[in-house]
Amino acid sequence: MASMTQNIRGLFGGGQAASAQDAAIEAAALRSDRFRQEREGDWKRLEEIVRRMEAGRARSLTDQDVLDLPVLYRTVASSLSIARETSLDAATLAYLEALVQRAWFQVYGPRVGLWRWLRGFLGGQWSAAVRALWLDILIALAVMVAGAVVGWLLVAGDPEWYYSLAGGFADTRVPGASREVLAATLFGHEERGGMSAFAAYLFNNNAQVSILAFALGFAFGIPSLMLLIQNMGTLGAMLWLFNGQGLLVDFVAWLSIHGTTELFAILLAGAAGLHIGRAMAFPGGRSVVVAAAEAGRRASTVMAGVVMMLVVAAVLEGYARQLVDTTPSRFAIGGFMLVFWLVYFFAFVRRPQGSAGA
Amino acid sequence: MNAVPFHLRQVRSDRHRVLITPEGIALPLTLASRGTRFGALVLDLVILFVLMLGTQLLISASALGVFVQGGREGRDPSGSLQLLYILYLAAMFLFHYAYFLFFELGPRGATPGKRMTGTRIAARDGGRLSAEMVIARNILRDIELFLPVVFVFGAANEGGDMGLASLAGAAWFLIFALFPCFNRDRLRAGDLIAGTWVVEAPKRKLEAAMSAIAAPASTDHAYKFGEPELAPYGEYELQTLERVLRENRPEALTSVAEAICAKIGWTAPTGGHERSFLEAYYTQLRAHLEVGMRFGTRKADKFEAGMARKAPSIRFNNAELSVYGEQQLLSLERVLRQGDPETMQTVAEAIAHKIGRSPPETVQHRAFLEAYYTQLRSKLR
Repeated sequence: MASMTQNIRGLFGGGQAASAQDAAIEAAALRSDRFRQEREGDWKRLEEIVRRMEAGRARSLTDQDVLDLPVLYRTVASSLSIARETSLDAATLAYLEALVQRAWFQVYGPRVGLWRWLRGFLGGQWSAAVRALWLDILIALAVMVAGAVVGWLLVAGDPEWYYSLAGGFADTRVPGASREVLAATLFGHEERGGMSAFAAYLFNNNAQVSILAFALGFAFGIPSLMLLIQNMGTLGAMLWLFNGQGLLVDFVAWLSIHGTTELFAILLAGAAGLHIGRAMAFPGGRSVVVAAAEAGRRASTVMAGVVMMLVVAAVLEGYARQLVDTTPSRFAIGGFMLVFWLVYFFAFVRRPQGSAGA
Repeated sequence: MNAVPFHLRQVRSDRHRVLITPEGIALPLTLASRGTRFGALVLDLVILFVLMLGTQLLISASALGVFVQGGREGRDPSGSLQLLYILYLAAMFLFHYAYFLFFELGPRGATPGKRMTGTRIAARDGGRLSAEMVIARNILRDIELFLPVVFVFGAANEGGDMGLASLAGAAWFLIFALFPCFNRDRLRAGDLIAGTWVVEAPKRKLEAAMSAIAAPASTDHAYKFGEPELAPYGEYELQTLERVLRENRPEALTSVAEAICAKIGWTAPTGGHERSFLEAYYTQLRAHLEVGMRFGTRKADKFEAGMARKAPSIRFNNAELSVYGEQQLLSLERVLRQGDPETMQTVAEAIAHKIGRSPPETVQHRAFLEAYYTQLRSKLR
């Protein structure tokens, strides 16, 4: 009996509590305050979810919270629209505006984790972005080839040009050097000391050059192209130098180990810069700002991959080039890398998940 | 004028933007000011500098330890030193590129510097902020900020022409540093390329409604205001009153209570009753204005409230009202608000000339303009 009385009391007690809350809503003087009291629960709940996500504790949210986030976001956003038309409570309006904004940032924030992004990136987004730049890649390739040819011709006309084109390499590789001296720079680096540090240094250096080539695209792509020409002019001059002593094939093999990857990366960086420059110079029907933003997003996807390619190139340069000492095997490695990148970018067509293609 | 929601009219700052979310909700945003952004950058650079310095000290200390240890045991320390050197290069690369990326990709969309200054990045088009955008805006940071510095220092190290190099570096730096000053949205080059902007990230607590607190107090003292007593004020005065009540400074309460009483012809309350008087007035004014809102008549401030109450003494016909549009209505409102007699005279004469009436008497310029304003507005609405 006692328990039954308690049940009944609980029943009525609960009922009283509920009616007390209703009474509070009823007692509110203004209709807009009643509106607020009825919805405050949702607002507070959304605020708590958003607060946890902002603090990086999204894991502490329950599945229900995660499912409810978009629903609550829309509910609170509609509360805001109604409040704007019916309420003059400035504090509530300001609160709702700030809350909807914070929730909007969470609902439309970069929600992919680094690993998910990397998987999608390597599994199709990167190669799709590269393919989207095909025209810029062709232009940049033509410019690079032209740069190398110009470098060669300049030095062939007047060997003094060599010092201004390839003056940075102040070593034994100068015009007039004997075949033995030049061959010594290509073969016989058996000592291993400092190789990995050398690779890390090369990577830093190359990454900065290619990031520069990309970033300069901002000035309508012209500095990007000039940077490509300048770098390839150096290469052309060195090709001429080694050709003079009949070492051209050996030099190309020595270069190809890492060069097929590194030059490919620099090509992509230049093309990415050119892509932005072209979009800004010829925006078509869009405004320059919109065109630049669209091109910038595509080009920066390519650039993230370029940095990864440069890591590969630096490892190849630091280790493989020194350890592999014969021309045919160097060609094999360099050729394999070239085929690998070409297949990966242009034959590996898979629609990236969760995106309509870059 | 009435087409623009009231809260948007309130903010007259040129940093104010309205962003349309994919659901079609208009979301007001405030762009971060240039000064704030500069402050955030300085904070970030200081943090980066401390991090880099700490790493360098740590690695130098380990290198020294390895060296001493190796000397004592007679081993060749070059392997370990090399490893430390690689670690050092990798750490510098990561600090250089990953610091901004890591934080801006996080849920707050802000580096520590931006968080401290209360700003964050957002997509300009109102859509999703993607990883590509964050990457793009941070790669561009390199040429904007780090490159000119490296360039000048590089020239100094190599003993090149310092004057020319620093001039070129300074010019380069200035072009990008001043970039945000030459566009409306305060975009730096990286923002332009990435399609992002930097906005203020407000956080607000839900405060208790003034009216809900006020309700019981007002019944105690039974302040009742009728329609004529509530009519003189509009939404702007209501919000000012709300702010005064929240700040709760006695002298402000007294002076506002006196001002209201003077306007509605009551004797001002004294001896601590100012607050309950103002709470009652706030609640009833809000109820009054919100009823008006529901019926589609909003009163922005006491100027509009005053306009609405006046029975126009001069009537204009349709033809006379059809010569002007929204723009002239807005200028007319500005003229009336400023209330400069000479300007009012000029404008009144111009309007009279345009609609083919004889110019009004000197004392009637204001009445003429007010009547024209009210009737033009109701016609355009």
